[in-house]
Amino acid sequence: MSRASRRGVLSGGAATLALTLAAPRAMGQARPKAVVIGGGFGGATCARYLNRLGVAVTLIEPNATYIACPFSNLVIHGSRDLAAQQFGYEALKREGIVIAPEMAAGVDADARLVRLASGATLPYDRLVLSPGIDIRFDALPGYDEAAAQIMPHAWKAGPQTLLLRSQLEAMRDGGVVVMSVPANPYRCPPGPYERASLIAHYLKTYKPKSKLIVLDAKDAFSKQKLFQTAWEELYPGILEWVALGAGGKTTEVSVKDMVVVTEFDRHKADVANIIPPQQAGRIAVAAGVADKSGWCPIDPVTFESKLRPNMHVIGDASIAGAMPKSAFAANAQAKVCASAVALLLRGEAPASPKLLNTCYSIVAPAYGISVAGVYHPAGGLLADVEGAGGVSTLGASSEVRAREAAYADSWFKTIAAEVFG
Amino acid sequence: MTRVRATVLAFLFSMSSACAQSPAPPGALSCSGCHGAAGVEIPSLSGLSADEITEAMGAFKSGARPATLMNRLAKGFNETETRAISQWLASQRSAP
Repeated sequence: MSRASRRGVLSGGAATLALTLAAPRAMGQARPKAVVIGGGFGGATCARYLNRLGVAVTLIEPNATYIACPFSNLVIHGSRDLAAQQFGYEALKREGIVIAPEMAAGVDADARLVRLASGATLPYDRLVLSPGIDIRFDALPGYDEAAAQIMPHAWKAGPQTLLLRSQLEAMRDGGVVVMSVPANPYRCPPGPYERASLIAHYLKTYKPKSKLIVLDAKDAFSKQKLFQTAWEELYPGILEWVALGAGGKTTEVSVKDMVVVTEFDRHKADVANIIPPQQAGRIAVAAGVADKSGWCPIDPVTFESKLRPNMHVIGDASIAGAMPKSAFAANAQAKVCASAVALLLRGEAPASPKLLNTCYSIVAPAYGISVAGVYHPAGGLLADVEGAGGVSTLGASSEVRAREAAYADSWFKTIAAEVFG
Repeated sequence: MTRVRATVLAFLFSMSSACAQSPAPPGALSCSGCHGAAGVEIPSLSGLSADEITEAMGAFKSGARPATLMNRLAKGFNETETRAISQWLASQRSAP
């Protein structure tokens, strides 16, 4: 069966999908097979690079539209449309990548089969899991899926992003916004502080009698001095950050009373944004690649799971040492992983890689700051290359901040084009 | 004669296949996360020679060329690594 007609059948519905996918493995043995789970910055990139390296790729992704998290804080701020965050998989399909439009339910490591929610199975020679994060609704007393409809997390872009935006819009001037920030590790380390900055900017501009309280389960965070310097300059009297040591850790929430509880205090909120503890996407647990921490240990050269052979984990779900859980990192890891998988399928050993990360944060319109890093395998993890990386210069001019904000916008356009365009 | 030719052909095939799929040097695959097509704020690397990229990276690393961020990244690579990345990037010019 040609790949074109296989695609035709695949789009024909779950019944034919099951039949086709259940066909004997011998059918498409000409090229090695990779299955990629998750069509985000990691998975979609990996699928494209594997495909270009001559591997037959099926991408398991239930959503027809991907909604990107980077820049979604600007949607909450009100200066960006959610549509600008949305991407489809047409370009991947045109390149010959087969999309299985449903959830992966499990993995049989011995038989090298992925089981889909419909019951169909997909064989693989190598499996790449890029499942992102799942919110831990069991980790914070009072915060379950129903509570997230009252106190949005907005840590997966989409309806949650719009919900938080509409709550801020509806809030009276003089209201109190409470943000709760978790302990490490979680998706996008500087993300909560970018969000705090942009919410503060919105309040300062439209509801200046209001206040934002950021309750943090940490004493230190990414780009801290840069953020705090900007906050003192731009948002004095509006944004208050409460560190772990000052009793900032959220211990419980009550949606009934709209209260966020910490060790020392109870904060009554008009709008509450709870960023809860997270873990690797559920399929990572089902596949056996997540450890007790809820995240996935990997080999830093190949991104192969340390727990299951022939399975690789990239992006937010992986334990990547010094590399943060960012879209840039997921994209960089995906390309290295695809290259390693292609070599392993040819029986060759990949060389030790180096990877980059860059994360921009927008503190105010035309005010961008960044953190960058260079990483290499060391001691079984991805470690910082000494002497490289770091954050934007403290005390830089407004021209430099404006340039970094423009670079941030440029980065998003370029990476989105590489992944989905 | 035939056997020799077959051996040579196999050798040539393995060479061409090795070249076509020659893995990128350490670090090189990350660049396209920021550097893509022209028309946006971050410059495209398309059309730059290996020498031009190597020189720019050296100037970022030494501080001779002002930067917001590339100075921090250039410091993660020695001269050999930088040259390998530059040569690979220059060779990708016509790639999709």
